[in-house]
Amino acid sequence: MTRWLLPAAVLAVLIALPHGLKSYGIYLLSLWAVYAMAAMGLNLTLGYAGQVSLAQAAFLGIGAYVSALLTVNGVSFWLALPLAGLVCFAVGILLGFPALRVQHHYLAFVTLGFNALVFLVLRNEEWLTGGTYGVEGIPRPSLLGLPTQSPIGFYYLSLGFLVVLSFALYALLRSPWGRAFAALRENPTRAESLGVDIRAYTLLAFAIGSGVGGLAGAFYAPLVEFIDPTPFDLGTSLALLLMVVVGGSGYFAGPFLGAALVMLLPEWLRFSESLYLLLYALLVMVLMATCPSGLLGLWAQARERLSRRRPPPPVLETRT
Amino acid sequence: MTALLQVEGLARSFGAIKAVDGVSFEVGAGEVVGLIGPNGSGKSTLFNCILGQIGPSAGQVTFEGQQITRRSPLALNRLGIGRTFQMLQVFPRLSVRDNLIVAGQEHEGRLFGRLLAPPDAGLGAAADEMLEQFRLSHVAHQAAGDCSFGQQKLLDIAMAFMTGPRLVLLDEPAGGVNPNMLGDLHALLRRLNADRRTTFVVIEHNMEFVMRLCDRVLVLAQGRILAEGTPEQVRANPAVIEAYLGD
Repeated sequence: MTRWLLPAAVLAVLIALPHGLKSYGIYLLSLWAVYAMAAMGLNLTLGYAGQVSLAQAAFLGIGAYVSALLTVNGVSFWLALPLAGLVCFAVGILLGFPALRVQHHYLAFVTLGFNALVFLVLRNEEWLTGGTYGVEGIPRPSLLGLPTQSPIGFYYLSLGFLVVLSFALYALLRSPWGRAFAALRENPTRAESLGVDIRAYTLLAFAIGSGVGGLAGAFYAPLVEFIDPTPFDLGTSLALLLMVVVGGSGYFAGPFLGAALVMLLPEWLRFSESLYLLLYALLVMVLMATCPSGLLGLWAQARERLSRRRPPPPVLETRT
Repeated sequence: MTALLQVEGLARSFGAIKAVDGVSFEVGAGEVVGLIGPNGSGKSTLFNCILGQIGPSAGQVTFEGQQITRRSPLALNRLGIGRTFQMLQVFPRLSVRDNLIVAGQEHEGRLFGRLLAPPDAGLGAAADEMLEQFRLSHVAHQAAGDCSFGQQKLLDIAMAFMTGPRLVLLDEPAGGVNPNMLGDLHALLRRLNADRRTTFVVIEHNMEFVMRLCDRVLVLAQGRILAEGTPEQVRANPAVIEAYLGD
C-alpha cells in the first residue's frame, strides 16, 4: 500500500497545481502530460527493451495528424484516438524489422532516417497534410458532455488519460512481457537460448512504444489546435530521448520527471534572457556527466549505498 | 540405451582452420557425458554447432530421432534442449527469482496469453523450489548482478532447468567456482540427473570434477575425437596423456 502513497501525493499536487497558474502555465502542464506520454512509449522501447529509437517524434507526428485530419472532418476524437494509436502500432512493427538485423548506433541511424522521412512526407504531401500550412481549427473533444475548451478542462483530460495510460503500461511491464523485454535488453543471446522469442518481443517493443507515441500525438493536436511538421522533426525526437535519459531510462517514473525537467528548465532559466539556452545546455551536460543513469538512477544508487551500511545477508554455506 | 542425441560427421572450419573435423558420437537418454580436451581443441565450437549458434560446414545433429541441424537456439529450447555458456549469462538487473521465472515463462501458454498471465507467470512455486535446490533462497530478491560469482554461476545453471529440458549442455559449469562449492554442484547435477532423468553433456577443464560427475568421457583434440570411454579408461589412455601434456 505504501508504494502507492507517493504517486497518489504527486497526483494530488498535479490536480491542485493549475488553480494557481495562468493560461500559459496550464498550457505547459498539458504539454508536459503529452510529452510524458510520448516519453513513456520511448522508455518502453529503449529503457525496458533496450532498442534505440530516434523516431519517437515521428510517431507523435503521425498520431497528431491522424487525430487532426479525422477530427477536422467530423470524426469523434474518441474514435480518432485509438486509430492514431493503431496506425502508429502498425508502422512501429515495420520500424522494428531493421532492429532484428542491426543494433545500437546503427539502429539509431535507421530510426533517425525514418524520422527524417516522416518529416518530409508531412511537409511535402500537401494534398494530405497541408504541407507547411499545416492543419488548423482542430477541435477539442468533450467527455461525457463536459467540454474541454478551457485550458484547465483540457489539462484534466490529458492528465486523466496519462493516469489511465500509466496504469496500463505498469500492468504490461509487471506481466511476463515486461520480464521478457528486460531479458531482451540485458542479454538477447541468453534470452533466446531460454525460449524467449526475441524477434516477436523486439517487434512488440517497437510497436507498443510507437503506439503510445501515437496516442500522445492524438492529444497534442487538440492541445495546440494547429499543427504543422515543425514540432515533429529530429530535434523533438532528441528532446524525447533526453527526457527518458535524464529521468532515468528503464525506471517507470523516469519519463514524468525527465519531461518536467526538459520542458520546465528552459522556462525557469528565462531570467538569464539570451543566455538561457546556453545555461540549459550546460546544465544538461553536467547532469549527464555526473549521473548517466538519470535522476532516478542517482536516487537508486543513493538508496543502495544506504542499504549497504546494514549488515550483509548471510553468505552461502557450503556442505562438505 | 536409446540415443537421445546423435552427432554425425559434424565439421566447422574458420578459413583454413578446421575447428571441428568430422566429429561423431551418441548420447543416451539419462547419460552424463563429459567432453574434454586441451584449449583450442574445438569443444565450444562443437557445442555452438550442435546448439544452432553457428552453422556447421558439414554433418548433422539428431535429437530424439529428429533432425535439428541448423535449427535456431529458440527452436532447440522449445524441443527440450537447455544450455549454459562458458561465460556467465544471467540478466544482471533482474532479481535472482525473476531470472528463474523468465527462464521458464515462455514455455507456459501462448505469446498473447502471457500478457494477461499473473506477474510470476504461474512459476513462482517452481522458481522457489529451484532457489531452494540451488541454495539461492537468501538472495532471491537481490539483483543477479549484485550476487557473488559463485551464486551467479549456480543461477546460470538453475535457469537452464526451469524449462524442464531433457538434454542440457553445460559449458564449464565448474569454471571459476569456489572449490568448496564444487562438491555441492556435483551433488546437485547428479540429483537432477537421477530425479528428472535429465541427460547432460558437460564441457569441463576441471578433470577431477568431470571424472567424478560423468558416466562416459569424450576427448577432443584438434577438432577430432581422440578417445572415448569411462573416466578410468580415459584417464589411463596414453594418447590422452600425450594430448594434454605434449612431448
